[in-house]
Amino acid sequence: MSVSENISTIETPKKGKIKTFFSLLWSDQFAFFAAVFLILVLTSVIFGPMLLDYDAGRQNLRGRNAAPFDFTRGWMWFLGGDQLGRPLLARVLVAAQNTIFVAGGAVMISMTIGSVLGVIAGNSRGRLGQFIPRIADVIMSFPSLLLAVIVLYMLEPSVSNIIIVLAITRIPVYLRTARAEILEIRERMFIQAAIVMGASKFRIIFRHMMPMLLPTLLTVATLDFAFVMLAESSLSFLGIGIQPPDITWGLMVSQGRPYLTTAWWLSFWPGLAIIFTTLSLNLISNWIRIALDPQQRWRLEIESKKND
Amino acid sequence: MTDYLLEVRDLSVTFHTTRGPVDAVRNVSWHLNRGEVLAILGESGSGKSVSAAAIMDLIDMPPGEIKSGEIFFEGENLLTMDQEARREINGKKIAMIFQDPLSHLNPVYTVGWQIEETMVIHGTARRVAQKEMLSLLTKVGIPDPILAAKKYPHQFSGGQRQRVMIAMALALKPDVLIADEPTTALDVTVQAQILKLLQELQRETGMGLVIITHDLGVVAEIADRVVVMNNAEIVESGLVSDVYHNPKHAYTKKLIASAPGNGEMSSGVKSQEPILQLENVSKAYGDFVALRGMSFELMPGEVVAIVGESGSGKSTVARMLLRLEEASGGVVKYRGDDILSMSSSELLSIRRDIQMVFQDPTQSLNPRMSVYQIISEAWIIHAGIIAKSKWKERAGQLLEQVGLKREHLDRYPHQFSGGQKQRIAIARALALEPKIIICDEAVSALDVSIQAQVIALLKGLQKNLGISFIFIAHDLPVVRDFADRVIVMKSGEIVEEGAVQQIFEAPKELYTRNLLNASLDPDPKVQAARRMAAAAVS
Repeated sequence: MSVSENISTIETPKKGKIKTFFSLLWSDQFAFFAAVFLILVLTSVIFGPMLLDYDAGRQNLRGRNAAPFDFTRGWMWFLGGDQLGRPLLARVLVAAQNTIFVAGGAVMISMTIGSVLGVIAGNSRGRLGQFIPRIADVIMSFPSLLLAVIVLYMLEPSVSNIIIVLAITRIPVYLRTARAEILEIRERMFIQAAIVMGASKFRIIFRHMMPMLLPTLLTVATLDFAFVMLAESSLSFLGIGIQPPDITWGLMVSQGRPYLTTAWWLSFWPGLAIIFTTLSLNLISNWIRIALDPQQRWRLEIESKKND
Repeated sequence: MTDYLLEVRDLSVTFHTTRGPVDAVRNVSWHLNRGEVLAILGESGSGKSVSAAAIMDLIDMPPGEIKSGEIFFEGENLLTMDQEARREINGKKIAMIFQDPLSHLNPVYTVGWQIEETMVIHGTARRVAQKEMLSLLTKVGIPDPILAAKKYPHQFSGGQRQRVMIAMALALKPDVLIADEPTTALDVTVQAQILKLLQELQRETGMGLVIITHDLGVVAEIADRVVVMNNAEIVESGLVSDVYHNPKHAYTKKLIASAPGNGEMSSGVKSQEPILQLENVSKAYGDFVALRGMSFELMPGEVVAIVGESGSGKSTVARMLLRLEEASGGVVKYRGDDILSMSSSELLSIRRDIQMVFQDPTQSLNPRMSVYQIISEAWIIHAGIIAKSKWKERAGQLLEQVGLKREHLDRYPHQFSGGQKQRIAIARALALEPKIIICDEAVSALDVSIQAQVIALLKGLQKNLGISFIFIAHDLPVVRDFADRVIVMKSGEIVEEGAVQQIFEAPKELYTRNLLNASLDPDPKVQAARRMAAAAVS
């Protein structure tokens, strides 16, 4: 089973880039539907508050804790009503914006700062390489929720403050992952080959190290996305997160908690939204990891050939 | 029923992969008599280890599947036995040792305990096992066994670890010992010792020995009979000297012809102004001195080979020349300028002239870059070598120059075999039109026939482009066909230096002679003569 034989079997498909992208996505159908779901979420992030803000905030006291799947009140009440008689479907769609802003913002910021620091730490053999990981240790030595509570108690609990606080507490995850990966990649032979060729530090980091590092960081980020969403809901539960009448999925879950025995749907739908979003992100990141790796990509290409 | 000790009959094993079924071996049959040494010879991917894996029940099923065949051990078919009965035979009657002893020894237990454990598992009392263990360690030639038994695997050298593995395999007095590439990871002198040990033990215990190897020299040294495999099939089998002197199959002929160390030796190049001069270069890691004051010169178009066993400091030289590591002292002059004291901007222009080919091409090519990206990166870094519009054309030319095809440009490294990958690495080095190429064990990870091809390629480059080479290797025969001058190193020092003919035909130093004698000749007659000579001396 020499490798040379295998070469002829994998012909790189001569299609356009966009077409290749879609055929690769279609060949992992879980990832495809995850992408579709994420597009839905994004649509409601953009248009939800614009179109449904009025419906989501209007109380109809006769519809308090209205049961789901009841068509008599119209499609807006399909998922039931909350404890103040507001339609849940509208609220879930509107809440998407704040939720994604908070979670996405926090993840994005912590990933950027964390990985930049991690890459610097991994590449410097001097004092900087010793010092930067200590920053992570300092942050990690505080219980993250406690840190958030203290900061938000002193500052105003606005969306931007929550994002900053959550981002700071998550930096160590990326910093440590990035540093550990870089320390390993740094010793690989092809990095030395690049040095011998005369490649600059900059080029080595961005051309040779980053492509190896990014898939790992992306996977960590999608996992972290769920964590941040839940952390935000815990803050909301403590009363220092997003303040009503603003809503997030996390807040909706915690607001529905007293009614769990009588009206499960109050917490269930926003909870389902959280689960599906994180699941989709996980599936997509898994797909990205495979699609970006030339050694793994054939798994997708073979699938897409079957489908052709 | 025949009375062979171990017999494999018509064995076919297929692996079901996502790309469809792949035959690992097809209708393979061989047998082993009591007290016999059988070698299974083949290159990587030939399926030489698969039948042994089937004997030891090491094939993962699925994806593997034994399509047909029988394996008889003392007349019983192993493949139809139940798991319980097979475990009784595995380890106890048929033992196996592997290429890399470190990964097969548990790092958290002492070696003594691990050897005892094999016996305890099969029902020996711990106290008896302990005594037995000490006598085994003595038998495999570990000095001071009582002390050694209390040590952990990482405290032993590679050769000693292999001895420990052998002691472990012999603990239950097996009837058959299967050795899968037992000496491939070892230095030549250590290899010779281990083979000698295996031979002695085999004679003493009368067990059957199966050696799986890619090395003709190992076969010549130790085996009675040989089975040659290629492409999942047995192409030839017979007595070792018959097969070597009268090979019938074309593949066997090719394999024997490509064994290194038989070609013309170079008569050296004219001495002129040296292109590279090392003066007293040294390197110390704390108290440990890896290199003490090394000096030599490299002429334009010359091939200087640096030969030494692991730990001799031969790779350290290369790493310092290229400033991958900072030297502790000394001067390296490239056309009069000292490389070791250059600033990084001055160094950039030198980088163009001195390139390196690494040992393991799988690791030295970035797996995420296509072949075109790998080769053209050189031109991005060093602007102005050729215009961007001609990159694709030139990269294609380079691939053709190293014996690959233009269409390969869009492929990724993992789609190539080891030899092809090394060609890509050479093409990458050539992209910069260097004056000097440093090859750090550039062919040692390759199969013999591929090795010969790559050396031929390098030779052509030397002749046609006038490139100088520093060729670092642990194996002398490889060097013989290619080098103009040879430097033999030991523990960070030059032991002997001279023209290739002088080193091979009239070595002055004892160490060089030992190194030459330890490297195995593929001709069984030569090996036998050497053994006789060695016995006469002692």
